[in-house]
Amino acid sequence: MATASTTFAPGPWERPLAKTLAIYFKEAKYEFLTRLRLRAYSLSTILFPLMFYVLFGLVLNQKDAAVGGTTITTYLIPTYGAFGVMGASLFGTASGLAAERGLGWLQVKRASPMPPFAYFTAKVAIGVIFSTIVVLLLLLLGVTFGGVHMPLLDAAKLVGILVAGSLPFCAMGLAIGYFVGPNSAVATINLIYLPLSFCSGLWVPIMFLPHLMQKIAHLLPPYHLAQLALGVVGAGQHESSLAHWEALIGFFLICLGVARLGFQRDEGKMYG
Amino acid sequence: MIATLQETKKAGHGGAVIASLHRASKNFGEVQALRRVDFGVRAGELVALLGPNGAGKTTAVKLLLGLAKPTAGTVSVFGGDPIEAEVRTRIGAMLQVAKVPETLRVSEHIDLFSSYYPKPLLLAETLALAGLQEIKNREFGELSGGQRQRVLFALALCGDPDILFLDEPTVGLDVESRRQLWEEIRKLIARGKTVLLTTHYLEEADALADRVVVINRGEIIAEGTPAQIKAGTVGRRIRCVSSLDIETVRALPGVIEVRRHRDGLEIRAAEAEPILRELLMRDPKLSGLDVSSAGLEEAFLVLTQDRRDAREMTR
Repeated sequence: MATASTTFAPGPWERPLAKTLAIYFKEAKYEFLTRLRLRAYSLSTILFPLMFYVLFGLVLNQKDAAVGGTTITTYLIPTYGAFGVMGASLFGTASGLAAERGLGWLQVKRASPMPPFAYFTAKVAIGVIFSTIVVLLLLLLGVTFGGVHMPLLDAAKLVGILVAGSLPFCAMGLAIGYFVGPNSAVATINLIYLPLSFCSGLWVPIMFLPHLMQKIAHLLPPYHLAQLALGVVGAGQHESSLAHWEALIGFFLICLGVARLGFQRDEGKMYG
Repeated sequence: MIATLQETKKAGHGGAVIASLHRASKNFGEVQALRRVDFGVRAGELVALLGPNGAGKTTAVKLLLGLAKPTAGTVSVFGGDPIEAEVRTRIGAMLQVAKVPETLRVSEHIDLFSSYYPKPLLLAETLALAGLQEIKNREFGELSGGQRQRVLFALALCGDPDILFLDEPTVGLDVESRRQLWEEIRKLIARGKTVLLTTHYLEEADALADRVVVINRGEIIAEGTPAQIKAGTVGRRIRCVSSLDIETVRALPGVIEVRRHRDGLEIRAAEAEPILRELLMRDPKLSGLDVSSAGLEEAFLVLTQDRRDAREMTR
């Protein structure tokens, strides 16, 4: 505790890159364990889409039923996949952020030398990882019990699209997490997530919805994700996939912007 | 009685000031949480920031941690701004937190926080220092209140920081857990660390601190060693059964107040020893002698009341 220790070595200090990456990894690893052990999250986000698939795809359905030439069991993988991705992404980011922000834990982490973005990256990583798990399990169910045949390349494409599609919903989750209280997060997400899924044709194929709802669906991000995924199995609405990507990217950027506003508002409260 | 800042600096540890608020004010809207507060923590000392709820203790700690910016004045920690990551690698913090992720194990929480620091302690060392060896594999949600506080304490010390800020570390703990945490805080000082803790228990400040800074309504109202703080308010309390006349005792130098207490006398004085000498000399039959630090909580109440009131009460 000599006087010398009270002054800095000259020059700006930077954490070595390897060390920074190690922190990002550890943050994500422990976020994963936290969420995995939190049954309310891990079981519900994984089991709900699978349960729906089993119910409406496997049990309540004749094997030869089809939607516009695609078997129901195949058709429902992209749609319940998009549904599962949304759930895993929204709950994986928003509920944790809202609680940790509102109940002081984020502040403990911010007082430490943790790189602030490691925290957000971990949340997003968990949304992406659980999304991947849901989609893979859906595919497994479909292939094993639903008689789904799909070239490996198509399967990979489907997984790729759905997992990439989790990013805008993770951003949406962060935005929600910044603007809801710790106790209302789950209710708020359900209020957004369930109607949005239905109106985007994730539960009932979009062409079975009233015409007006089909029109409105074009304004909803999950619709575009589902259409991109359905395109892989040849069951899309035959719209330009570029337009779907544009819609999703636009939505992603808007959500990031809102999340950033929330972040700055909080920092203002903390640092202002 | 209460030492001024300058006197304390001369009398106190020789270390340099490593964390300080300089004329720091902090407003939250209309509320003035801190008003031109000046104080510093010197290397190697344990300072207690003592005050009732809402006095501004937590705000002061947040300023020092860079979690809030002063409305006016400056904050300096290790000669820099505590927002800088480099400064933060030398700081450990224990804050009041309503909820901690409950499904992580104790050792996992520590492992994660250790990774933020350039030269953390070994996991085993941290566990030992915070007394967590036996519960290292438990999930946070399964722990008792005292154990939870010790985990938060472990997170503050795991990075082997030079200075630790502990905001109300023992609030809500039972007596045994509190004493256990005190022991652990003392171990830190023995390791050469600097500690600033906030508390609203005078007893805690007395048990741990080299120096006590009393804060109320956003202002520092007293500063000194625990003994000075106590003496400056109501001093020591002597109880005895004596045949001495109450007026005689009152006339002894240093006596602040005398009153009948059951069948004996209760004497308040700044210092006990000179009065005891007089009493024992004048009354060889004196019995039932009991000397204590006059009502700690009472002293604290006096200190934190409006200063005008405080002056009236001590005179």
